[in-house]
Amino acid sequence: MKHEQTHGTPMKYGMAIDLDKCTGCGACMVACMAENNIPFKEDESEKLVSITWMRIFKLSNGKSFPDLDICYLPRPCQHCEGHGGHSPCVSVCPATATDYSQETGIVSQIVTRCFGCRYCMGACPYHARYFNWWDPVWPDGMEKYLSPNVSPRMRGVVEKCSFCYHRYQLAKNKAYLNGGRRVPEEAYQTACTQACPAGAIVFGDLNNPEHQVHQIVKPDPDNGNRSRNDRAFRLLERTGTNTKVYYLSSREWVRRAGDNYLAHEKTGQVAKLHH
Amino acid sequence: MKVDRRSFLSFVIGGAAGTALSPLPWKLMDDSSIWSQMWPWTPVPPDGEVVYENSTCSLCPGGCGISVRKVDNRAVKIEGRPGHPVNDGSICILGLSGLQMLYGPTRIKSPMKRIGERGEGKWQKISWDEAIAILTEKLTDIRDKGEAHTVAAIAGSDSGTVPALIRRFMTAYGSPNFMRSPSQRDVDELAVKALFGGDGRTGFDVENADYILSFGSGFVDGWGSPVRMFKAASLWKEKNITVVQVEPRLSNSAAKATRWVPLNPGTEADLALGIAAVLVDENMLDTRAVSGLGSWKNDLLAAYATEKVSQTTGVAAGVIVDLAKGFAGANRPLALCGRGKGLVSGSLRETAAVYLLNALSGNINREGGMWAMPEADYIQWPDVATDNLASAGLVQPRLDGAGTGKYADARYLTNRLADSVNGGGPYPMQALLVAGANPCHDLPDTQRVRAAFARIPFIVSFSSFQDETAAMADLLMPDHVYLERYEDVPIGAGLAQQMIGLSKPVVSPQFNTRHLGEVLIATAMAMGGSIANAFPWDDYETCLEETLAEKWDSLMETGVWVQADTEPVADTFQLAGMDAPAVQAEGDVNSFPLLLVPYDAIQLTSGYVGEAPFMIKAVADTVIKGTDGFIEVNPQTARAAGLAEGERARLTTPRGEAQVCVHLFEGIQPGVLAMVRGLGHTAYDGHLAGKGVNINELIGPVEDPSTGFDAAWGIRAKLAKA
Ligand code: SF4
Ligand code: SF4
Ligand code: SF4
Repeated sequence: MKHEQTHGTPMKYGMAIDLDKCTGCGACMVACMAENNIPFKEDESEKLVSITWMRIFKLSNGKSFPDLDICYLPRPCQHCEGHGGHSPCVSVCPATATDYSQETGIVSQIVTRCFGCRYCMGACPYHARYFNWWDPVWPDGMEKYLSPNVSPRMRGVVEKCSFCYHRYQLAKNKAYLNGGRRVPEEAYQTACTQACPAGAIVFGDLNNPEHQVHQIVKPDPDNGNRSRNDRAFRLLERTGTNTKVYYLSSREWVRRAGDNYLAHEKTGQVAKLHH
Repeated sequence: MKVDRRSFLSFVIGGAAGTALSPLPWKLMDDSSIWSQMWPWTPVPPDGEVVYENSTCSLCPGGCGISVRKVDNRAVKIEGRPGHPVNDGSICILGLSGLQMLYGPTRIKSPMKRIGERGEGKWQKISWDEAIAILTEKLTDIRDKGEAHTVAAIAGSDSGTVPALIRRFMTAYGSPNFMRSPSQRDVDELAVKALFGGDGRTGFDVENADYILSFGSGFVDGWGSPVRMFKAASLWKEKNITVVQVEPRLSNSAAKATRWVPLNPGTEADLALGIAAVLVDENMLDTRAVSGLGSWKNDLLAAYATEKVSQTTGVAAGVIVDLAKGFAGANRPLALCGRGKGLVSGSLRETAAVYLLNALSGNINREGGMWAMPEADYIQWPDVATDNLASAGLVQPRLDGAGTGKYADARYLTNRLADSVNGGGPYPMQALLVAGANPCHDLPDTQRVRAAFARIPFIVSFSSFQDETAAMADLLMPDHVYLERYEDVPIGAGLAQQMIGLSKPVVSPQFNTRHLGEVLIATAMAMGGSIANAFPWDDYETCLEETLAEKWDSLMETGVWVQADTEPVADTFQLAGMDAPAVQAEGDVNSFPLLLVPYDAIQLTSGYVGEAPFMIKAVADTVIKGTDGFIEVNPQTARAAGLAEGERARLTTPRGEAQVCVHLFEGIQPGVLAMVRGLGHTAYDGHLAGKGVNINELIGPVEDPSTGFDAAWGIRAKLAKA
């Protein structure tokens, strides 16, 4: 490819999720569960212990009938870069079971290394991490659909969204076999992106101007990777988590709901940090 | 440093800070091998050769193309099929959950006969030969007594070769009682006949419309072909098209619309006719496609003056005029109807009124418009040569009354089945065959439906799953699920094109099940005579291949067949049905001051197949919590009843009573309660059974007097502290 980046430029995989398109249908959640062998129990209504790497939150403008407006917000792991890879969760893990990849920008979770202290869960501002309180049990016969690409986890470890990392590995192997060096945009897509019937999720390399996600987000490296798209925002952007999941909305109340603003602050205004 | 982040999520845990330890690279494959050594009790999914197989999803009428990932002979993931004309690579939450149905423990794994009491769940496994012998003997007995007409069949659909085989079997056998699960298709077909003068259905070119006026159609809640509609809704956003959603509750579709217009429940037809009156009054019409407008214009203006409509509907007069102007001002405006997913047969007046808006804007049978689509006609089998017993049975009236007298225009009135069996019908029902339908959960007034089932002496279920209806059966003859069988899937569901998808076996049958088509052919053979002669095929596959004829090869190759040009039923719209009476909610306002309305959610199937565990996991904890089901209540209404968020309450309607939890929701009009459709299963396993309340226990059918269809959109109710 002519416009290919040179070998060695780090990638930074990320998402742009259009909340004006998202319908809250949950197909992304289930695509993720099916792709990543996520277990389930008879009762999954206790949401704090319901393992959902991707989860839909419902936002509301807080108004009364008939002025109420609602909006759904799909929340995968935000793959925080923090400052130079110091993601909130990575920074606290004593077992190095979670790590920020400088090659892909993906925050990994090495479940075999995790010993379940759950510091990372406390550190993650997005509740993207889940603890396995029980061993997974599939009803009789259902283990037949388990995918060999992702190991089922067991009691006592933390798990979270990996941006379907195994898909990256497969795509990378394929690219190498075909003599290519970089993974083409369409060759590596997450399961949720692929499934979303509303086409609300765009996934790709934020560093690659060829990728749609870059064109939508237009990240500004001189301004902490903030988006130059007026519709875009990140969750708790002002805390400096430097996330790689961008959200888009034309509704100001939605953009405001993504961060904690004081009444007088303008949406997008950078907060002063208190010491 | 203290970072304040209260407003994103209320349950956010306080921050922690620390230092990074040395990051180490990792390799997934290494880890998974260590993994299996360390924890031998977690399953290690075997690796193998990966292939993708294309097929068609038939879990709903949508007709999406799917691509199933297999590892050796195991299906491990269902994905949308890229390039498919319906869904182009995307897929819905139900389609994604298909493997949990295929491999799930609630499959019926073998033919069985009942040995305990009805509904007790005591079964004995039998062979297929024995099952077919039992069925043959029973049916022969009834027929030999000259009572063939007392056997009925309910199917989930009436299009495609499998339903056609059931119908053919019934005809050859001698019964007029073939029924189909109710849906908006009922009123749609009748409206097409009344308005366009021929058999067919409507199709909507939603992708090319430039203004959408939806009367409660859940375009992102599962209406029409769901994935196609999701895609259309995103396209509307991209094109900045005005989308107006008219309904009493802020559904997800209403939230996606550019404008939500709440109205008094059940007054959709009035609003549509009120808008039509403004179009007429202001002469914002294109009448080329409409015949007979003349004097009717004055009647319309007299009956639907804007102020009056405003009173009935609760929509401000200015808004009505606004909607009319927006609609008339667009080039290709489309009005849609059928509440939620369109699971109720519906009212003729409402349907005709909404279709009239499309006709008045001239947007008929053209790009971006409403199409009067003819019925699919690819099934061309020779007529059945009936014997005397069959001919005598076929001239009997139907048990549900459809097709005669005041119900002359209705094809099926499955909503009348329970009353008919419970004593209101022309004769008792002696046997019932059920395929692809779950009437004991899905028909309104389930108590009465179950009472009717208790009266039917012999019930056969062809269900693949242990559903509520199978639980009431005497004989279980489980069908393969869609991933194990060949079947043609004619795609209607509001598409403005004629399409047929092909379902192919992706995996071999997992259990001792048998294709319904095969069972019908085998039973016909066993019955012999004219019945056997009506089934000249060796097996179902031969039947399918011969029926699809020249389409077969392309279907095998591409999985979907699309007709190039469709000749519409007619180009002229005749005025009809608009003066049909309005359908009221059942119940008396004084004893039942509130109104309960059902709503549809895409996370629940609201149909024959029960929700898979994945889907239930995606349901919010304000819909199900533990086993409690919620109703949505406006805080004002809740306050008046002294109820707070999450509190248990007793909900009573003229048809039943249930314990529910209260969820305060500002998206619903004061005085109105909303409950999701599809929960409250008693069958299946613990992942589904016992969760929430089945709204069909609380609501009964309300007959549209002009058609006989169930047009209930709500029921009066009261709410008290539990
Ligand atoms: S699949 Fe798409 S539309 Fe559905 S909830 Fe997820 S992001 Fe939203
Ligand atoms: S979202 Fe949470 S889990 Fe994901 S990288 Fe950020 S802090 Fe870590
Ligand atoms: S929309 Fe219907 S046909 Fe399409 S994937 Fe979902 S259930 Fe299957």
